[in-house]
Amino acid sequence: MAEATTKTTYQIPIGPIHPALKEPVMFEFEISGERIVDVDVSLGHIHRTVEWTGMQRNPIQILYLAERICGICSYCHPIAFARAVEHACDIEVPERAWYLRVIQGELERICSHMLWAGVAAHEIGFDTVLYLTWQMREKALDLTEYLTGNRVTKAITMIGGVRRDITKDMLPKIHETLNYFKDNFEKLRHIFLDDKTIKMRSQGCGILTYDDALKLCAVGPTTRASGVKKDSRVDQAYFAYPDLDIDYMTPDKLTGEVNGDVYDRIIVRLLEVKQSIDLIEQCIDKMPSGEIVSEPKIPKLLATFKKTSGEGIGKHEAPRGEVFHYVKFNGESEKPYTWKVRAPTYNNILPWIPMLKDEQIADIPIVAASTDPCMSCTNRVAIIHNKKRTILDKEELHRFSVEKTRRLMK
Amino acid sequence: MRFTMLPQVFAQMLKKPFTNKFPVKYVPRNTTKLLEAVGKGEVQIIPPIETPPNFRGKIQYDKEKCTGCQLCIRVCPSGAIEFKPEEKKIKIYLARCTFCSQCNDVCPVNCLSMSNEFLLADTDKYSKDLIVE
Repeated sequence: MAEATTKTTYQIPIGPIHPALKEPVMFEFEISGERIVDVDVSLGHIHRTVEWTGMQRNPIQILYLAERICGICSYCHPIAFARAVEHACDIEVPERAWYLRVIQGELERICSHMLWAGVAAHEIGFDTVLYLTWQMREKALDLTEYLTGNRVTKAITMIGGVRRDITKDMLPKIHETLNYFKDNFEKLRHIFLDDKTIKMRSQGCGILTYDDALKLCAVGPTTRASGVKKDSRVDQAYFAYPDLDIDYMTPDKLTGEVNGDVYDRIIVRLLEVKQSIDLIEQCIDKMPSGEIVSEPKIPKLLATFKKTSGEGIGKHEAPRGEVFHYVKFNGESEKPYTWKVRAPTYNNILPWIPMLKDEQIADIPIVAASTDPCMSCTNRVAIIHNKKRTILDKEELHRFSVEKTRRLMK
Repeated sequence: MRFTMLPQVFAQMLKKPFTNKFPVKYVPRNTTKLLEAVGKGEVQIIPPIETPPNFRGKIQYDKEKCTGCQLCIRVCPSGAIEFKPEEKKIKIYLARCTFCSQCNDVCPVNCLSMSNEFLLADTDKYSKDLIVE
């Protein structure tokens, strides 16, 4: 009772569906005046049972299901899944396919970062920049459509390679688009990094320190903006990345200092757009000729899955960070026994808490958007018991774990 | 320059709009009347932007070539293909199709292909335009 009368803060719920957030996530803020004192994030509003659906299908069908986990990362999920299956079934990917996979991945990174830049501008109320960046992004989408046959759901991945080759007559269009980006990059950089409006709203706002980024396992541009050198393209050395000139993109490359604020996240993403353009050019120069897929006969591939008994993991640096897929086959059917997906946003949820603390209410949209969240990719479980939703806490999970151990020991 | 977007905004005012105004420049009051007018030839429709080569549109099915091997049914991610056992031919429901063209790749006799047609919106998912057989 005493606490109730002396309490000076009040609570604001934001979400699950809120105009300030583009994703269904629920924040419960403890506010004192305009200042955020405490944040609680609650998830699980958009569980779609993708993994369970996948377990009823064969890996060729899952490729297209994985593509629909996320609209923007519609290349990263199938490619991570394909890598997991290749790992489980010992499928060798031809060298040319390595380079083609890099080109598609980097093209998607350009699209995604441009989209994010537009959304970030929109969140601070600068819609003119939104239209400008999305106009440029349209060129990247046109190139995607030209290379893969569709703008968003690319359907380019195949287990053991890719489905479409880049022929010589496609190169002029690729170079034209890349040159367009190079010509316009300076314009974009000037607008995002020198404009007073954007600087006012993003500098010193939503700070994630180096220690917090390490401790909370942030991934992707969110962690690199805090100065943590973490990038699975460099760390894991997969596809053709070891042959290419690639480095961690941290904000000190441009400004010489790391602040870990929203402004730094803008810098990192812009630098990565530039890096991606460079990587695509390197790939086109170095690409060897040869096969693009290891096993073109799909019935043979399906027979391989049926024979396989074992597990595999697949990682890829998606635009938002590292995406991770786990697959297990039991040797009885071509359908996977288990399929587990960890989307990059899962790791970027906890960093929201230190970022949002001590900020103002008006900064919530831009800080929340600065990690480029993708909630529907992240949600993996929802517990419904007797038609009521419940949340399991740490103690309950521990109890379940103990019960399971006892059950197995019997 | 403190407001770096300003010159860009003024330059944009003199440029043509980026968007293709498909199907007509302004939203019509009545879509049905517009379609009637188009049918009579009174109104011209602004054409959509051309699709790139190898675009994945509506599936075309060569029934004569099909041997009824059912491989396409095995790989279709959305279960859009139905087998007709008495004829040993297939039936494709485009309302379920995801346009991945995996069935085209797997077909041993190349009886399936993707066309450029993409304006497939319909109020009835079992309409004649959305079933290929």
